[in-house]
Formats: sequence, structure tokens, C-alpha cells
Amino acid sequence: MAEERVRSEMTGKVWKIIASVGDEVSDGDEIMILESMKMEIPVMVDTDGTIKEFLVGEGDEVTEDQEIAVLEV
Amino acid sequence: MFEKVVVANRGAAAARIIRALDDLGVKSVALYSEADENAPYLAEAGEAHCIGRAAPAESYLDQDAILDVVKRTAADGLHPGYGFLAENHEFAARVEASGCRFIGPAPRWLEAMGHKTRARDMMKEHGMPMGSSSDVLRDDEAALAAAEEIGFPVLIKPAGGGGGIGMLPARDGEQLVKMLKRARSMAERSFGTAEVYLERLLEQPRHIEFQMVADEHGNARHLFERDCSVQRRHQKVIEEAPAPALAREAVVRPADSAAGILTRMGYNNIGTIETLYDGDGGFNFLEMNTRLQVEHGVTEEITGIDIVAAQMKSAYGYRLDDIMPENVEVSGHSIQARVYAEDPIKFLPSPGPLHVFRPPHGDGIRVDTGFAEGGTITPYYDPLIAKVIVHAGDRNGAVRKLGDALDEFEIEGIKTNIPFIQETLKNESFVSGAVHTGLAEEVVASLKA
Repeated sequence: MAEERVRSEMTGKVWKIIASVGDEVSDGDEIMILESMKMEIPVMVDTDGTIKEFLVGEGDEVTEDQEIAVLEV
Repeated sequence: MFEKVVVANRGAAAARIIRALDDLGVKSVALYSEADENAPYLAEAGEAHCIGRAAPAESYLDQDAILDVVKRTAADGLHPGYGFLAENHEFAARVEASGCRFIGPAPRWLEAMGHKTRARDMMKEHGMPMGSSSDVLRDDEAALAAAEEIGFPVLIKPAGGGGGIGMLPARDGEQLVKMLKRARSMAERSFGTAEVYLERLLEQPRHIEFQMVADEHGNARHLFERDCSVQRRHQKVIEEAPAPALAREAVVRPADSAAGILTRMGYNNIGTIETLYDGDGGFNFLEMNTRLQVEHGVTEEITGIDIVAAQMKSAYGYRLDDIMPENVEVSGHSIQARVYAEDPIKFLPSPGPLHVFRPPHGDGIRVDTGFAEGGTITPYYDPLIAKVIVHAGDRNGAVRKLGDALDEFEIEGIKTNIPFIQETLKNESFVSGAVHTGLAEEVVASLKA
């Protein structure tokens, strides 16, 4: 099974992780919400798959392009 | 006039207020969080006090910390700026109870206008035109029923606050139920209440607002309108005055009527009545902001009135006739561009270091900012880094001047939305004055092409 890494589109902080490891997700599903500069930006997956691992936790700082989750596709 | 005023804000707002206090010969007390300890405007204030850590809740929203500075400095006024605690009626009441004047409308007005559906009911009673909307929604079923009555598409809005935060559109029932959940969560987080309501979503309206100035003696007048239609994610990006491509009497009539309503209500200090203009449908009330507006500068440029000074004089008890002339006239055209630290296409925040930061200078160019070269744009606060305000004899001249000023603005170290603004200034609809709130999407499409 192939793996796909989900990356953060921006620099900010992980506010909430809304999916769980093992969840089956499909293209467009939101898996976590980042916040920066008073904005909440949902992270959406762009493929169908299963969440294998989160590489960040709630409250963690993330930078643009950082890998934040792993999907099995 | 006040002896000493605490400036309970940061960034461009703090810098602007400190300057106004200086012009009035009033001592200023700046406040800052640990993240803002190197902000350039702190040196211009009479004194500066650290009020806590970077997170807004631990500094700029910490009422006790701010009231402590008021007490320690024996200030007789507090200017809240915009955002943070500016529209918090409990805070305003606490400031007043401490013997210090809150420079803004009375707490009861902050409260009355702060709850958006109650404000609509009150303004409607006074004859303000309204578009169709719902009451606060009890549950999904009530939302679906209300949406059927209003007609899709609808916009879900938080009842506890405005400023374009937490608004989500829905085109059908299924989408409405899905978006409601998210809208409630955002509302709860931003405004402390999950209450939301529905408004009819107009497809291509213009956002036109009226600047009001009132005194404590029952007088209210307007300083004309601003058009703030160019928005991304419901946040304003370009604001201008006067509103383009509209007959003067078409705008002045509703402005006069709004001033009449505020006079009858007994409103005090400054405020802005925001409306959506829908061509034949006229100007429909959106909300009233009971504070200084980020875009107040364009009104200052075309009227010559210092709105921050007017606000202080009003709070100190001056009569409107002693605050500004009775017949203010519009002179030329002014446009403001908000320079944000963000990706110009995706509009995602881009905090980081300001390796290079050289604002443009010149006749008719004003830059309001709270940053300087070598500073850092932190992720804790909103992404506004500078307001570039131009003034020219007519709109075409102002559009050209803004384009030239932004060309000159050197910023390195972060991404900014300047490419988006420049593309907007070249957009055919914008140039012709046919602005509307969906314009940003057209501009992004042409930027990507």
C-alpha cells in the first residue's frame, strides 16, 4: 500500500485535530484545523485513503510545507 | 482635553492613536505584549508598559492587566482602537467605573450593537432599511425553515460579533446543515457564543458604509461613505471614498437618514453603519461598528477631519459644532490598500521576519503601520502590516497613485498580498468603478492565469 504525506499550506499552530488514526477519508475531507493570525484554516486531504499517523499534535507549531500527517492510499 | 490616555491596542492602530494624542498635546501610555516589545511606535509614546505574553488572551484581551496600567498611570482616558476590547461593553463599563473615560460610545451602545440580530431589530424599528434575515437559530430544523423563507443562497452569520469573521454561505439544505456546525464552532470561539442567524446571500452586492460622528449632547452627523467592496474571505482589502460610480444624492440621502436615526436614538461618539448596496434594492443595514474603523483614513483624506481627534473631543464632552464644521465637503478621491502578510493567491497567512521594509513616500501618499525594518510579523495577531492610503484629485488619479506607491513599497522576508492588490487595480470592473464583493475571486482567477 502506498503512503501519501499531507503537508501544511501555511505557518501557524495546530488548533484541533478532527480526524483519528484509522479513519477512512476521501478527497476534500478536513482532518485538522490550523490557526494563524486569527484565522482558522482547515487542512483537507486531496485523495482517498486511511489516516496512518499524525506527525503533529494539537498546539504544535507548524511551518509552511511541513509534513503533518500520513495517509495510506 | 484629556491629560493622559492609555492606548489599549497594538500595530497600526496604536501608532495612529499615539500620533493623534501627540497632535492634541495629550500624554500617551502605550501597552505591549512580549511579542511586540520592539514595536517602533512604543518609543513615540510618553510611556510604555508590558501587559503580558504574546497570546491576545494574556495581553491585549487581559482586562485586569490593562486596568492595572490605567490605575498605576492615573490616566483619565483610554482609547481601545479597533479589534481586541474595542467593542466589549463589560470592559468599557469597567474602565468608566475606574474613573477613566472610555473613548468610544457608551457601554450600552456597545452592548446594543454587539448582538447582531438585536441590533437589526432596534435599527429596523427606527426605520433603517433591512434585507431579509432570520432570528437566532435554535436548531437545524429552524435553520432549514428560515432558509426556505428567506430563499437560498443564504449566509450564516454569528450573532455575537461581526467584522466578517465566521460567516459561511450555503446554497442548499444539505450544505446549510453541514456549514451550521462549523459556523457555530467558529462563532463560539471568536465571540464566546455559538448563536448564529441567516441572511439572504446577495450575489454581487457592494459594501458601502457611512462614517458617523456624534457628541454627548444629542447631535449626530455623517462624514459621507466609504466603499469597501473589495474583500477576500469577508475581510476588506481595498477601501475608497467617495463610493465610485454612484450619484452623490443617491449616497448622501441614506447617509443623512442614518444621521437622523442616530440623533433620535441619542447615540454618542463615533461609529460606522455598514450596508450592502444592491442596486435597485438600495442600501440594506448589515451592522453598526461602535468604534474607530481600520479604513477611517480615506474619510480623513477627503474631508480633512481627523477622526481620532474628533473621537477624543467627543468623549471629552465637546459639542459637535466644536468638533467639526457644519458643512464638510468632499475633496478629491482617496483609496486605501491593506497590505497583509499573506499569500496573494491562496490568502493564507505568511508570518515571518521583515528583512526589508521600506514604505513609499510622496505627495498624497500616507502609510499607517506599526512595523519597521528588522521587525517580525508574528502569527499571534491579524495579518495587517500596513495601510497605504492615497489621495488625488479624482479616482483615476488615485488608482494610478496607489499602483505607483505599491510598486515602490519594498518588503522582503514574507509574502504579501501586494500582487493581488496590483492585479485588482488593473481589473476592468474595478477601474470602471463597477466594484462588488465578488471581485476578489475574479482577480484571483486572472492572477492564476
